Amino acid sequence: MHPFAYVAPKTVSEAVSVLAEHGDRARPLAGGTDLLVKARANVWDLDAVVDVKNIPELMSLSINGAGLSIGAGVPCCQVYEHKDIQEQYPGIIDGASIIGGIQIQSRAGLGGNLCNAAPSGDGIPALIAYSAVAKISGPNGNREVAVEDFATGPSRTVLENGELLTSIEIPKPAANSGAAYTRFIPRNEMDIAVAGVGVFVQLDSEGKKFESARIALASVGPTPILAQKAGDSLAGKPVNDESIASAASLAKDAASPITDMRGTVDQRKHLVEVLTGRMLNQAIERARG
Amino acid sequence: MTTNSPSKVHITTTINGQQHELLVPGYMSLLDTLRELIGLTGTKEGCLDGNCGACTVSVDGRIVDSCLVLGAEVDGKEVDTVEGMASPDGLHPLQQAFLEEAALQCGICTPGFLVAAKGLLDNEPSPSEDRIRHWLAGNLCRCTGYDKIVRAVQKASS
Repeated sequence: MHPFAYVAPKTVSEAVSVLAEHGDRARPLAGGTDLLVKARANVWDLDAVVDVKNIPELMSLSINGAGLSIGAGVPCCQVYEHKDIQEQYPGIIDGASIIGGIQIQSRAGLGGNLCNAAPSGDGIPALIAYSAVAKISGPNGNREVAVEDFATGPSRTVLENGELLTSIEIPKPAANSGAAYTRFIPRNEMDIAVAGVGVFVQLDSEGKKFESARIALASVGPTPILAQKAGDSLAGKPVNDESIASAASLAKDAASPITDMRGTVDQRKHLVEVLTGRMLNQAIERARG
Repeated sequence: MTTNSPSKVHITTTINGQQHELLVPGYMSLLDTLRELIGLTGTKEGCLDGNCGACTVSVDGRIVDSCLVLGAEVDGKEVDTVEGMASPDGLHPLQQAFLEEAALQCGICTPGFLVAAKGLLDNEPSPSEDRIRHWLAGNLCRCTGYDKIVRAVQKASS
């Protein structure tokens, strides 16, 4: 591991200035569960790591009438232990509670999951399904990016030199809505998704028709994917097996996986179809309460 | 804020109830800080990438893989390792149960399992078998096949 300096700023602007000074030879440190593995494997040669956990706004977790705000450094365990998040954002819990084991969940967070930009990031599809937005601070001020646009390739993001993800903002879910995420892995725990599907549905007040839906996929492309056509196909449709099967088929079409040690193209596309159907049913059940 | 040289970081941390003041290189893991600077070699190095849990310690009551934490990050925090489990009066109930149930063979994973299991029982004194297996999924053992470990944790549960 290349020796690096440890910097622990207390404000976003200090963090941004250190990151800007070092370019790609500095990285923000939140949970460290990807960063320290990559530094040790010399994937990254770093001169500095910038621990963001002493910056109050990156560690804040708040939920109110406008929605849920998750600071970029907040670990998964704080998210899934939060009673209000459990009640109002079950799809977020589905993802946050299966990233790694308990030791990893004590440290790793959804912000880091997003910045690590693995196609398989289990925290990401539900965020996309909930229409979450990433808040970014940088040398030229602040900006917001839709979570589905955040990753630009494996381990690549929209973050430019000196920019720092500060929080993830998730709008308050509409009435009669529900969400869910699951992945397929050959083990029970501690594995990387062969395929993952997160969905959000909003139903009419009687729970019989889809008002809108968003479907997002993991591990079946170079980045997590918003399957826009699949979700849009449900708007105005009755809640029945036919609508669900048709959306699942469109989600399958949106997947562009590769064959690797974890699965083949055909298996992954099939999984997307099956998991989309299951997650739509689960989200519908949750929407109906 | 200068970051030109990877200089050492001054930290004050409480390890197994005892306060330590240390100068740690910024890139040194908590695992190496414990083993090499403090001499607490009970915490073991396994995979060094967060899969095996052999290096599990507790930081402010949460179990973590100490290979994926920097020593500099535990400034002001409370770290508990396997060395802090037994009391002068005897072994911790989990340690006793691991002995009685023969929940170890080579022993390299044992400190990690003990600290992880303590993290569970401290908050949930009577977990189900499923809960124990789920909680310990981040700890690997290549000898026992896990059944004996799960039985030992059940025995130490109230």
